[in-house]
Amino acid sequence: MDLSILALLTQDGITNGAVYALLALALVLVFAVTRVIWVPAGEFVAFGTLTLAGFQLGRPPGTISLLVGMALVAGAMEVVACVRRGEPARIPRQLAFWTGIPVVLAAAGAWLAGPELPFWAQILLTLALVTPLGTLLYRIAYQPLAEASVLVLLIVSVAVHFALTGLGLYFFGAEGSRTPPFSSLTFTVGGVNVSMQSLLVVGTSIALIGALYLFFGRTLYGKALRATALNRVGARLVGVSPNLAGALTFTLGGLLCAFSGVLIGPISTVYYDSGFLVSLKGFVGAIIGGLVSYPLAAAGALLVGLIEAFASFWASGFKEVIVFTLIIPVLLWRSLTTHHHEEDE
Amino acid sequence: MTDLLEVRNLHVAYGKVEAVHEVSLRVGSGRIVTVIGPNGAGKTTLLGAIMGLLPARGEIRYAGHATAATSVEQRVGRGLILVPERRELFAAMSVADNLELGAFQRVRSGDRSWRATLDEVYARFPRLRERRAQLAGTLSGGERQMLAMGRALMGKPRLLLLDEPSLGLAPLIVREIFSIIESLRASGVSILLVEQNARAALQVSDYGYVLETGELAVEGPSAELAANPRVAATYLGHATAPLSPGAGQGLSVPGRTPAGATRVRSTR
Ligand SMILES: Nc1ncnc2c1ncn2[C@@H]1O[C@H](COP(=O)(O)OP(=O)(O)OP(=O)(O)O)[C@@H](O)[C@H]1O
Ligand SMILES: [Mg+2]
Repeated sequence: MDLSILALLTQDGITNGAVYALLALALVLVFAVTRVIWVPAGEFVAFGTLTLAGFQLGRPPGTISLLVGMALVAGAMEVVACVRRGEPARIPRQLAFWTGIPVVLAAAGAWLAGPELPFWAQILLTLALVTPLGTLLYRIAYQPLAEASVLVLLIVSVAVHFALTGLGLYFFGAEGSRTPPFSSLTFTVGGVNVSMQSLLVVGTSIALIGALYLFFGRTLYGKALRATALNRVGARLVGVSPNLAGALTFTLGGLLCAFSGVLIGPISTVYYDSGFLVSLKGFVGAIIGGLVSYPLAAAGALLVGLIEAFASFWASGFKEVIVFTLIIPVLLWRSLTTHHHEEDE
Repeated sequence: MTDLLEVRNLHVAYGKVEAVHEVSLRVGSGRIVTVIGPNGAGKTTLLGAIMGLLPARGEIRYAGHATAATSVEQRVGRGLILVPERRELFAAMSVADNLELGAFQRVRSGDRSWRATLDEVYARFPRLRERRAQLAGTLSGGERQMLAMGRALMGKPRLLLLDEPSLGLAPLIVREIFSIIESLRASGVSILLVEQNARAALQVSDYGYVLETGELAVEGPSAELAANPRVAATYLGHATAPLSPGAGQGLSVPGRTPAGATRVRSTR
C-alpha cells in the first residue's frame, strides 16, 4: 500500500465516520433522555436518502403519505388523551400541532416536488419531511410507555424497526437509490487528492455537532433536555414535562438521522432496509461511548469509519464482519474499566 | 377565605402496602403548616402525593381546583413547588443552570421577571452567587440544600412544600433556613413544612399535624402542639408535664386532644 492509497482510505474512513458520528450522537441523545435504545434510527437514515432520491426524480416521495398517515394516528391519540383527561378545550391546539403542522409540511413537499426544484431546496424539504417523523414516532410508540423499563422500550424499538422497514418497502419500493454528490470537485493538497464531497460531508457534520453543542450548553430547551437526562424526577419538579423532553429529543434524533441519510446518499446505494446496517455502525460508536459520552461516541464512530475503510481494502468480503467483531473487545474493555455507581443523590 | 391546599381522606400505597391512610389536612394561604412524625411515618409519601409524583386515592384541592387530572408539571406551573428530601439537583450542571431551570416554565413563556427572581435568590443565598459556575454535584451538603431552596424559589411558588429542609445541616445554617422560611411567608408564600426538627418547625409554623405510621395522630395550632406533653415528650425530647404514670395511652385522635391525656416517657 502506498501513501496515496493510505490517504484515500483515510479520507473515505473519515467521511463515513463523520456520518456514523451523527448517528452515534442521535443514539446517545435519545438513550440519555428517554432511555430508548433507538433501533429504528437506521430507517430514518434510509428515509432521508430515499426522500432525497424521490425529489431527484422530480416526483413526490413516499415520505409524504407516511408523514400524513402518522400525523393522523398521532392526532387521534391526542384527541383520545384530551377527552380522557377531561380537557376537550385543548383538542384544537393539540390537533394543530400533531396533525396540522405535519400535514402542512407534507403538502409543501407534494406541491414543490418537480424537476425544476433546486438541489438545496430538495435537501431542505427532505429534512423537513423526515424530521417530524421522529416527533410523531415518539408520540405514537414511546410516549404511552414513558414509565416502562429499558427492556420493554428496547422490545418496542425492535418492533418499530420491523414496522418501519415494512412501511419503507411499501412507500419507497424495493429498488435502491443513490443521490448525486454535492460537488465533484477535487483538489490536491500536499500531493494528496482531496474531494470536495468529503470536505462537505465532514464540514457539515462538524457544523451540526457544533450547533448541538451550543444548543445543549446555551439554550433553555437544551438545558432542559440535559436536566431530564441527569435527573428525571428533578426535571419534572422544575416543570419540564417528560413528554416535551421526549418529543424534542426524537425531533433532534430525526433531524440527525435525516441529515446522515442525505450525507450518505452519494456514498452508497441505499435500499429501504439498508438503514439498519448503517445505524448499527453508529451504534458501535455509541457503545464505545458507553451510551452516555458524546465525545467518546463521536470518536468511536470515527474509528468505525476508518476500520471499515481499511477492512474494505484488505478484505472487502469480510468488511462488516470485521467492523462488528470490533464491538467485542470494546465491550470487554468497557466492562473492565467502568464501575457501576449507586445512583447518587 | 378558602384554603390554598385542602387534602381530604388521602390514601397512598406502594403496591399493596399502604403508607398513608385517611389523611386530611389544610393549608391556609399565607400560612406555615408543619407535619412532624417519626421516620417512616409517611411524610415524604404525603408530599409526593400532593405534588402528583405518586398516585393517590382521596381528594386534593389546590387553589380551589381538584388536582386529580393535572400532571406534576402543571402543578409546578400553578405555583405548587416541592423541595424534595433527596434534593434531585442536576449534579453535572452549574449552580446557575440549576437555578435557571428552576424557572423553566417562566422563561419558556417569555416571563422576563425571572432574572429579578434570580437576583433575589442570590441576595438570599450569597453563597450561591459565589459558586454559580460550580457544578451542583460538587457542592457541600448545606450548599446543596440552599440550591434546592433557591431552585424552588425560581419557580415563584405560591405553596412551597419543604421536605426536611434542615436535614444534615449545622445549627447555624438551620437557623438561617428557618429565618428564610419565615421571611418567605412575609412575602406571601404559603408553606407546608415536613421536619425532623420538631422544635424549630413548631416554633416557625402556625399549625401542625403529627403523622404516625401513615395516620394523623394529633393536630392543632403549633403553640398548643408544642405544649402538648405527649408531643413534647416524643418529638421535642423533654417532659413538660408532671409525671403521671398510667394516665392516657398514646396519642389521641385529631379533634379529641385532651390536654392532660398523656403518658410521659422517661427522658434524658
Ligand atoms: N418506593 C417505595 N416503595 C415501597 N415502600 C416505600 C417506598 N417509599 C417509601 N416506602 C415506605 O413507606 C413508608 C413511608 O415512607 P416515607 O418516606 O414517606 O417516610 P417519612 O415519614 O418521610 O420518613 P423519614 O422521616 O425517614 O423521611 C415507609 O415505611 C417506607 O419504607
Ligand atoms: Mg421523608
